[in-house]
Amino acid sequence: MMGMKRDKKDEEDASGGNPFHNVEKTAVLQEARIFNETPVKARRCTHVLTKILYLINQGEILGTTEATEAFFAMTKLFQSKDVVLRRMVYLGIKELAMIAEDVIIVTSSLTKDMTGKEDTYRAPAIRALTAITDNTMLQAIERYMKQAIVDKSPAVSSAALVSSLHLFKTAPEVIKRWVNEAQEALNSDNVMVQYHGLGLLYQIRKTDRLGVTKLVAKLTKMPLKSPYAACHLIRMVCKLIEEEESAGGEVTTLMDYLESCLRHKSEMVIYEAAHAIVNLRRTGPRELAPAISVLQLFCSSPKPALRFAAVRTLSNVAMTHPAAVTACNLDLENLITDSNRSIATLAITTLLKTGGEASVDRLMKQIASFVSEISDEFKVVVVEAIRSLGLKYPRKHSTLMSFLSGMLRDEGGLEYKASIADTIIAIVEDNPDAKEAGLTHLCEFIEDCEHTSLAVRILHLLGREGPRTKQPSKYIRFIYNRVILENAAVRAAAVSALSHFGATCEDLLPNILVLLQRSQMDTDDEVRDRATYFYSVLSRKQAALNSQYILEGLQASLVTLEKALLNYVQHPSEAPFDLKSVPLAPVIEERHVAPTGQLDGGGSRATPASVAAPTATRLPATATRQDVYIEKLSAIPQFDSFGPLFKSSAPAELTESETEYVVRCVKHTYAQHMVLQFDCTNTLSDQLLENVNVAVEAPEGFDILVSIPCDKLEYSVLGTCYVALSLPESVLSSTGTCSATLKFTVKDCDPTTGQPDSDDGYEDDYVLEDVEIGVSDHIQRAAKASFGTAWEEMGSTNELQETFSLPAIRTLDEAVRNIISFLGLQPCEWSDKVPEGKSAHTLLLSGVFRGGFEVLVRSKLALSPEGGVTMQLSVRSGDPEVSELVASAVG
Amino acid sequence: MLVKPVAIDIVSELLLHLRLCIKDLAHFRISCVGNPYSKMDNHVLEPSLYVIKGIAILDNDGKRILAKYYDPNTLSTAKEQKVFEKNLFNKTHRANTEIIMLENMTCVYKSNVDLYFYVMGSNHENELILVSVLNCLYDSISQILRKNVEKRSLMENLDVVMLALDEICDSGIILESDPTAISYRVALRNDDIPIGEQTVAQVLQSAKEQLKWSLLK
Repeated sequence: MMGMKRDKKDEEDASGGNPFHNVEKTAVLQEARIFNETPVKARRCTHVLTKILYLINQGEILGTTEATEAFFAMTKLFQSKDVVLRRMVYLGIKELAMIAEDVIIVTSSLTKDMTGKEDTYRAPAIRALTAITDNTMLQAIERYMKQAIVDKSPAVSSAALVSSLHLFKTAPEVIKRWVNEAQEALNSDNVMVQYHGLGLLYQIRKTDRLGVTKLVAKLTKMPLKSPYAACHLIRMVCKLIEEEESAGGEVTTLMDYLESCLRHKSEMVIYEAAHAIVNLRRTGPRELAPAISVLQLFCSSPKPALRFAAVRTLSNVAMTHPAAVTACNLDLENLITDSNRSIATLAITTLLKTGGEASVDRLMKQIASFVSEISDEFKVVVVEAIRSLGLKYPRKHSTLMSFLSGMLRDEGGLEYKASIADTIIAIVEDNPDAKEAGLTHLCEFIEDCEHTSLAVRILHLLGREGPRTKQPSKYIRFIYNRVILENAAVRAAAVSALSHFGATCEDLLPNILVLLQRSQMDTDDEVRDRATYFYSVLSRKQAALNSQYILEGLQASLVTLEKALLNYVQHPSEAPFDLKSVPLAPVIEERHVAPTGQLDGGGSRATPASVAAPTATRLPATATRQDVYIEKLSAIPQFDSFGPLFKSSAPAELTESETEYVVRCVKHTYAQHMVLQFDCTNTLSDQLLENVNVAVEAPEGFDILVSIPCDKLEYSVLGTCYVALSLPESVLSSTGTCSATLKFTVKDCDPTTGQPDSDDGYEDDYVLEDVEIGVSDHIQRAAKASFGTAWEEMGSTNELQETFSLPAIRTLDEAVRNIISFLGLQPCEWSDKVPEGKSAHTLLLSGVFRGGFEVLVRSKLALSPEGGVTMQLSVRSGDPEVSELVASAVG
Repeated sequence: MLVKPVAIDIVSELLLHLRLCIKDLAHFRISCVGNPYSKMDNHVLEPSLYVIKGIAILDNDGKRILAKYYDPNTLSTAKEQKVFEKNLFNKTHRANTEIIMLENMTCVYKSNVDLYFYVMGSNHENELILVSVLNCLYDSISQILRKNVEKRSLMENLDVVMLALDEICDSGIILESDPTAISYRVALRNDDIPIGEQTVAQVLQSAKEQLKWSLLK
């Protein structure tokens, strides 16, 4: 009795919830045997087939044998006339085509269906056939496909067009022959056929700009019925505008067309046009106005997707043209309370970008009211908006800081917390007034921070900035708390931070020494190592040791240092290891890049993606460039005797970018030598260059040692040739100009195969722009955490002082940028940022001259009353000649 | 080893320092790597018909009923898809607000009783195109299920729903956007469609068939 009851209940459950609830792979494949029975039981077969497809869709994986068996059983079902079953067989073919073997067996059945009378079969049969076709079979069905494209049934025509698009990836040559059929489809009355026809036609013509231009010119005159096709056309027009722009062509008619699309009857097309106009590079305020007013209208649409689309585009415009969006402020304010939190967030961040300083407080209050309800991704967007706000309105830092610290205390993932910490750090670095408050907030945050990596970063920052605040002692407590409470990684970082305080603040030193002594008892070896190391350095009480071993850290490139050490251990020598033989790591330009990149990198839609992207790509890219050069140069035996590579310059173009031959020059500096690397590209497809070298006329004092030519330069393949110079004995004459000429043997060749027509060639040359060797090529950037200490330590033995007036330079900012790029030194202590409204500024620079001489430069700048900038330059270095060279370089 | 003791001292000191630096650096970089959005945004959309990245139908537990992903570069494995669907469902099942950005995609959605319908596209895609596909999906299923859009009825007609999905989108290209055309193409028996939604041709066809049957009897 009980059993029966339960059975009944089970049955009800199964049918009531999900008939496929207990479907199991092996059982279903067993059931598939029913396919082989004749006559075909259509209903049951359909059910079993549905089960198989359902399983595959749930992510169940069929083995090749299983799939092939099922596939062959399925082919029997072609005997049935049941419509649904036949359609399910097509679906099955498409699903199994990738897994099963010998699927081409159904080709004839499908071809029969696609050319048959039954309309309901023809379209899906074409699409199923596409899934199993390969290039060889395509020839056989080409005739049918062409007929199908121009078929009077829209379903068949669409299916054939879409299938052609899929096939285009593998067999473009065949599909290109169907251009006339595609053209005819474009004139179809059916909207979808028109859309698919346009898609195929564009795909075929894509690489032929003239063809696209003609197509666009024709289509912009005749109204397209399908809104999808209109959207596609707008994208084609945009691409064409970008291409014409870069080629210097005329785009007014195209722009007019885009504007006319703003009056289309379909919202989809209107939005597409507005979005397109906003994203074009050439768009100025005049073109923006109509697009913005359309988007403004969408902001009050009842459809959430439309509001979302509009506000997202507006927030994007706000990055590049904040003034243009100001007109929408009222509409955006209404969206702050939108039930879709994504829309509300975007509205607020847009307002933050466009609004004035006065509205900041009010907006921040509004954000605070719902920030807990939005997803982390959008919180990051909000934080980014606050960051740019902090840079824009430095006076608002207290409001922003307290808001950020509130956000720090809320729940959130690592990425979100990291972006807040980044923002606080950015504001602290940018705005001295905010420093104390920011550091205090960060201190409070690490009291209760579960992310080790974040805590380590903040401790590092505290170690760097804390000692230079008014009251360094108050940070010690926070840092030492970490030593007591946290895991090993954080403890180690805290010990390092403490040592910075010890090295900088003499009055705190005894306390720090006590703390470090305690840390020597730590359970973790890393923490003990650090504590012992710092304790022994600090207890000597020598400023030089402190700055060298604690404040500065290691400046050599870690990867190369590791290689050098390994090499030293493997090939022991009498001489001690020389740290100066290891090239310095190029200083990575990381601060301030993110926020500015955000502001002027606009044009793309605002997404969390664009926010985080710069941080992710920067570090590895710069770290490897130098390593790549080292790898390449060390492979050339002639350069072995030069010693380790000191510095590689950024590539400089020696030709215009659109000429026959494109040459770029990279200067590699060694202790006593310089290698000029010429990267050449041949842009003529009918020429093969052989024995390519660059003839250089070296300036006085330089000697050309060796020139390594490039054997062969094929069309658009990068070739490299080198010229090695020895540098003059006297440091003072190590700058100059080399004139350069590209010399080569030309052979005419067949553009398609690249084979030369004959073995005869003729000599030719090509004059390049001069290669300038400047002071910056001899100097590697190296940051000093504490410039003052280093300056004192260096002493005034090799000091030189000169005063210059720079009449051509208008602002202090410009002067700072020029000096940095000219000398190739690293600005220290953020002295490259000129506070607004000041008329005098001191720029502190440091670096290393080839041969390992440290160079420090202090440059006092003042705006002179009669226009221009006056500069007093003081140079200190380890060598009198180096000082002289650097001082004379500016004049 | 032939190295002089003094040299070894220096080397070991250097190695210690090196280790310290590498550790610091490693912590520094953690927050920079592992970022899913490292691609830079494109200025202008490349004109292409491949606009749909995925279509999914989930039940009210967030379990997949049907799902198709068309872009081989995004969510290509079943595992990734399941994780994404879970995430998507968690973010959308409470607030019915039609649109959300998730994992670099724009997702539009709609729900009814115990079913959730989603259409996904690239985050640069025109949101209204995605909405039009979503509406087509929902309306055609609604016609197929005779306005009875709920899980039980959908499961009973799963075969036809699969066909409809196949008719709406072919490997990422929108194949048809008119729900009536879709339900006609998936070969509903004509009497299943309410008379008001039939085309003239369909009405004639069904009349013809009925006549044929009455003659045969």
